[in-house]
Amino acid sequence: MRRESAGGARGTAGMQIYLPIAEMSVNVFVILGLGGGVGFMSGLFGVGGGFLMTPLLIFLGVPPAVAVGTEANQIVASSVSGVLAHWRRGNVDIKMGLILTGGGFVGSTFGVFLFRWLRSLGQIDLVISLCYIVFLGIVGGLMLIESIQALNTSRKHAAGGTVAPKRKLHQHSWLHGLPLKVRFRRSKLYISAILPAIIGLFVGILAAIMGVGGGFIMVPAMIYLLGMPTAVVVGTSLFQIIFVTANATFLQSTMNHTVDVVLALLLLLGGVVGAQVGARFGVKLKGEQLRSLLALMVLGVCAKLLFDMVTVPGELFAAGTGGKH
Amino acid sequence: MAWALPARAVEPLVADLSSHLVAITTGFAGTDVLLFGAIEEVDGKSGGDVVVVVRGPAKPETLRRKARTSGIWINSGTGKVDSAPSFYRVAATRPLEDIAPTVILDRHQIGLDHLDIDIAVKDGDVDKADYRQALLRLKQKSGLYGTGVQEIGMLSQRLFRTDMHFPANVPVGTYMVEVYLVVDRQVVSAQTTPLVVSKIGVGADVYDFAHHQAAAYGIIAILLAAGAGWLAAVAFKKG
Repeated sequence: MRRESAGGARGTAGMQIYLPIAEMSVNVFVILGLGGGVGFMSGLFGVGGGFLMTPLLIFLGVPPAVAVGTEANQIVASSVSGVLAHWRRGNVDIKMGLILTGGGFVGSTFGVFLFRWLRSLGQIDLVISLCYIVFLGIVGGLMLIESIQALNTSRKHAAGGTVAPKRKLHQHSWLHGLPLKVRFRRSKLYISAILPAIIGLFVGILAAIMGVGGGFIMVPAMIYLLGMPTAVVVGTSLFQIIFVTANATFLQSTMNHTVDVVLALLLLLGGVVGAQVGARFGVKLKGEQLRSLLALMVLGVCAKLLFDMVTVPGELFAAGTGGKH
Repeated sequence: MAWALPARAVEPLVADLSSHLVAITTGFAGTDVLLFGAIEEVDGKSGGDVVVVVRGPAKPETLRRKARTSGIWINSGTGKVDSAPSFYRVAATRPLEDIAPTVILDRHQIGLDHLDIDIAVKDGDVDKADYRQALLRLKQKSGLYGTGVQEIGMLSQRLFRTDMHFPANVPVGTYMVEVYLVVDRQVVSAQTTPLVVSKIGVGADVYDFAHHQAAAYGIIAILLAAGAGWLAAVAFKKG
């Protein structure tokens, strides 16, 4: 898995930087470019980009554990940067965000322990890949279907702008019978706090294992399971991602020593610039077009991982240090 | 560290390194260390072959082998290596088998085929030999083990030199550079020189901090990221 260096010829020594935790030498411009490229995507589509960055880092030869730990750290930066615009517009449901964060803290803590256990079993790579394939496949597939339908409807009605997904304002089900009901003023909801706490917990586990913020699961869950209005969904999701990824960063640092600040800083340097460019570019495209493009990209990553998993690997053996240094 | 050999009036082998420290700095992208030396006449005879072995600190390794289980490739077997050199390279004036018999090569563990590596294998399908081959192959692929025997240049039958390459992913620790003088298929002289590979500067400080004050490191990592994110948002709002 690990390569001698990412594009490392000795003649370009000035551009190489040694990552102290990953313990490898990488080309500064490759990492800045990677941060910029993924940042551009996340600005364009309004997603965190962790689901693209973590596999790409692993592909570059960064040990998977370091990729996951470092990406959690970088997402703290991108979600702080992203949440401020939503905060100013008042599109953050703080009460909902805090309940999701509560679940997320428990979930991400459990996730880091799970990560450590799976790593000692030698099955962490498998679990990371499986999580990616399952969740990217589901989310990408649903998003593609939904955006194609929306494209067709908007074409029929010849009406541009955003088309809200068809749903009733109040879907009454057994979920509404749960105790501990709380009024969420910003989300215009009166539901049990148990449901968002469980969603937070579940996404927290995934975030810690996959090295993502989990926005791509949290956002659909908020819309379809909780019934939150789309306007507050992204801001609230970003708000809770800050705390969940901060918790994951802290735990990965203290338990696994797998957060590389040098790598994280380089990535976020490229990332913030890319995100701004992407956001400006994004306003020129229609919402449905953006969503179908994003869906195709998500499915692409999913297909690549699935392909790697079922085809005969070039090398059947892999070396890993038997624990810590 | 010198090998116990009969005392002689003149040491027939002298060798040294251009540097005794490989410093892994922030810009480290691998480096070369020059090994040079001379062989003196022994009992009126001159010449002989020089063999150089560079060994990194021994470390445990865990190897895992993938096998297909219900359609997907999963880590199924493991091989635990108690200790294997983390870095291993051999240089010689001629092919090893022309220089010394197998017994000698085994005794001094010269050459990949003569390395003594014990692997505890838990795998139903393949055996120790496969795991051994896999370990060597993976180490070679990452540039930590030499793919063959590197050539040593000789000048006027007496002076020798060779460049040893240390790639960017070289493990830290104290290395042993062993130089053997072989005459008539027997080791007549040997010298061992230590070489330290160490992280130096900011990178080393970051590594130490991350490992020794992990909680503070984690908090600083979070604050740095949050600060950078906030700065970016403010900067681009005005710009």
